[in-house]
Amino acid sequence: MRTRPGEAGPVRGPVPWALAVPAVAGVAFLVLPLAGLLVRAPWATLPRRLAEPQVLEALRLSLVTATVATLVCLVLGVPLAWLLARAEFPGRRLLRALITVPLVLPPVVGGVALLLVLGRRGLVGQWLDSAFGVSLPFTTAGVVVAEAFVAMPFLVISVEGAMRGADRRYEEAAATLGASRWTVFRRVTLPLITPGVLAGAVLCWARALGEFGATITFAGNFPGRTQTMPLAVYLALETEPDAAVVLSLVLLAVSVAILAALRERWVGGP
Amino acid sequence: MGGRPVTAGDRGAEGGGLRARLIVERAAFRLSVDLEAAPGEVVALLGPNGAGKTTALRALAGLAALGEGGSIDLDGEPLHTLPAERRPIGVVFQDYLLFPHLSALDNVAFGPRCRGVPKAEARRRAAALLDRVGLAGHAAARPRQLSGGQAQRVALARALAVRPRLLLLDEPLAALDAHTRLEIRSELRRHLAGFDGATVLVTHDALDAMVLADRLVVIENGAVVQQGPPAEVARRPQTDYVARLVGLNLYRGTADGHLVTVGDVVFSVAERLSGPAFVAFSPAAVALYRSRPDGTPRNLWRCRIEGLEPHGDGIRVHLEGPPSVAADVTPAAVVDLDLGRGQEVWAVVKATETHAYPA
Amino acid sequence: MFPTRLTRRVTAVAVAAVLVAGCGSTGSGDAGASAASGSAASAGKPLTVFAAASLTETFTTLGATFEAAHPGTKVTFNFGSSATLAQQITQGAPADVFAAASPATMKTVTDAGLAAGTPATFVRNRLEIALPPGNPAKIDELKDLADPKVKVALCAAQVPCGAAAVKALDAARLKVTPVTLEQDVKATLTKVELGEVDAALVYRTDVLAAGGKVKGVDFPEAAQAINDYPVAALSKAPQPELARQFVDLVLSPQGLDVLTAAGFESP
Repeated sequence: MRTRPGEAGPVRGPVPWALAVPAVAGVAFLVLPLAGLLVRAPWATLPRRLAEPQVLEALRLSLVTATVATLVCLVLGVPLAWLLARAEFPGRRLLRALITVPLVLPPVVGGVALLLVLGRRGLVGQWLDSAFGVSLPFTTAGVVVAEAFVAMPFLVISVEGAMRGADRRYEEAAATLGASRWTVFRRVTLPLITPGVLAGAVLCWARALGEFGATITFAGNFPGRTQTMPLAVYLALETEPDAAVVLSLVLLAVSVAILAALRERWVGGP
Repeated sequence: MGGRPVTAGDRGAEGGGLRARLIVERAAFRLSVDLEAAPGEVVALLGPNGAGKTTALRALAGLAALGEGGSIDLDGEPLHTLPAERRPIGVVFQDYLLFPHLSALDNVAFGPRCRGVPKAEARRRAAALLDRVGLAGHAAARPRQLSGGQAQRVALARALAVRPRLLLLDEPLAALDAHTRLEIRSELRRHLAGFDGATVLVTHDALDAMVLADRLVVIENGAVVQQGPPAEVARRPQTDYVARLVGLNLYRGTADGHLVTVGDVVFSVAERLSGPAFVAFSPAAVALYRSRPDGTPRNLWRCRIEGLEPHGDGIRVHLEGPPSVAADVTPAAVVDLDLGRGQEVWAVVKATETHAYPA
Repeated sequence: MFPTRLTRRVTAVAVAAVLVAGCGSTGSGDAGASAASGSAASAGKPLTVFAAASLTETFTTLGATFEAAHPGTKVTFNFGSSATLAQQITQGAPADVFAAASPATMKTVTDAGLAAGTPATFVRNRLEIALPPGNPAKIDELKDLADPKVKVALCAAQVPCGAAAVKALDAARLKVTPVTLEQDVKATLTKVELGEVDAALVYRTDVLAAGGKVKGVDFPEAAQAINDYPVAALSKAPQPELARQFVDLVLSPQGLDVLTAAGFESP
């Protein structure tokens, strides 16, 4: 198992046309909207807009909340993925289907659903409010909740996939050495699927960073507290489309830079 | 056929060591094997692919559930009631399954750590074991940096580190190349000799089994077909599989005095027998002739050459009977006799080189 | 060697596509309009109306009236934020009529030379205080909203209802710190309906449309922040004649009746 022939690595020989043509079309499809933003960007006013405190505030808030939301997803999502991949219990298929609900649900509907549960008069929210004086809507914590809700399926699905793809015999080997299931998870399963967890976390973070619908519905929009970049972009679009383009580019540039840096540091890919 | 359990009186009279009735039910497959191993004894489970060897090993390790009526006792204590992680066993897996993210030292220290040994003590124990298997200089290496032989030794050290009462080895040499295999085999033999618990070894390789084990248990289709000391099994194979495994031609016939009749061929043998009997002889005992040799009509029959292949320094010729037979000849003989596929030849076996025993 | 060639090819395709996109953005109005007229020929006489979200109920009623009076005509609506609609129109969306919730958004369209004639104000809308059922914060008048313990939702200043709210609060010389600045009036109203906020400033028409789910309270300063709704047929309308007729219906006494019944004021 130390060397797997044919593992990864670039293919040799010419790329078949049947693959090359759709692949190039795919690149164009994904990259052209970005090119559109670049072409229409008001470069002259860029420095001035970047200096606006509101922009920096929204950017900072976006990065902080997306990161915290990713951490929340890791803490809750990795054990959930383990449950789906490794435990046997009735209703597991149903549970897996339910977990993908936030993927299918329009985010705005997700935001309303969160309000109905965690809002001031929500099922859980009214109890949180009366018992602890905690109210999530319109707070930064609310932004994290909305982002985590929408982004968690990305993490759970990729981590579950990684766990299913991992060689279970390592876990058996650990068991014969006396490791409890928890120790096996912590010292064998998790280290073995680290690349999968990181990939899931990156997807999750990216999704959280771009989150709009659930956030504005559940957490509202207030500069410095709940106004993340996507919200700022949306509102700028109402009156100043140029500003919206600039804000989008800033968000894109920062996220691409961070992801590229992470990839260098952790995934070590080409 | 449930095999023939060796009676407890033979060894480990006080009930020490392993006594197991391994029953595992699968769709279209049932494993039912009685297995015993005294402290210090090495038992090899030998059998073709799909015979159930690995299943038996997994059942012992607690990785496969025992069916109705199955039980495992080790040193008088029931083992089958314990989950894998609570069994006092050490396992060397076929691909070793060293944890790729841990150094050799941490792989070996993993078991003691899981069993509550303090970190410093676990690492000390691991270092001592690595030293014993000659890998003190590779303590910090990751498994991917180790050669096959080195990985095998780390796997053995890891299994021994938990101070098991039962050591299980699944095809411990299968992943090694021929040269390394020779070296690791004798080394493994030394380590097994120094281990005072019971050892069960699974292999499909006769040589590994012969060299490493004190006793062979041959299983086919989930059941024991033969067991005994390696020399005994090799000399008196009970099935085609065992015979081929030990490199013998084996026939079942009817004995009458010094003659055993197998189909149209009559073998004259050294032993005196009557009734159903086996005749076994090595391929080297077979001589080939282009034309019918003069003399006794016994131990002689006509065959067609099915194929030739290099075998050690010589050539092994596969001949179609009846009865079919394998013969080892020198390359010079192949040239002299102009042997080729489809050729008709006469096979002759010397009576003094046959071995007959009751079936 | 191969990757380099592939890279070059990809770059070429991307550049070509960017150039196409760049050209498209200047002349896209024509492209969009001609595409729409093409489909018009095959599908009879569709009339496309872009209207502010607050007109959803009333314009749907007027659309049915219009279809009844013009057999064979199908009126389709695109309801949304006025600013978004204005952008879609300037980017070449094939619309016949535009009804906006503020003169500013209509100005985007007239500045681009896309309105046929001068837009006419057909209704006006007035703010009200919207209160959730039970009025937990006991709010009676506008100044109660300045209490820091009261949770208030306003529309963001970038959208018409938000701009009106700022004007009204300025007129009342009140400093209100909202917990949220919502992206549109419907979202603001939702926060009230769910009881997440104690009060919000929304249009009277939205309070009426919510039925009994929220309670509306008038306040005098709302008079300082009346919103005018302009409507115009568009110069590149695929159905210029039908567009003119629809605008006439909106401006007619019959149209006004429908609109005032929903809480709009006549201009």
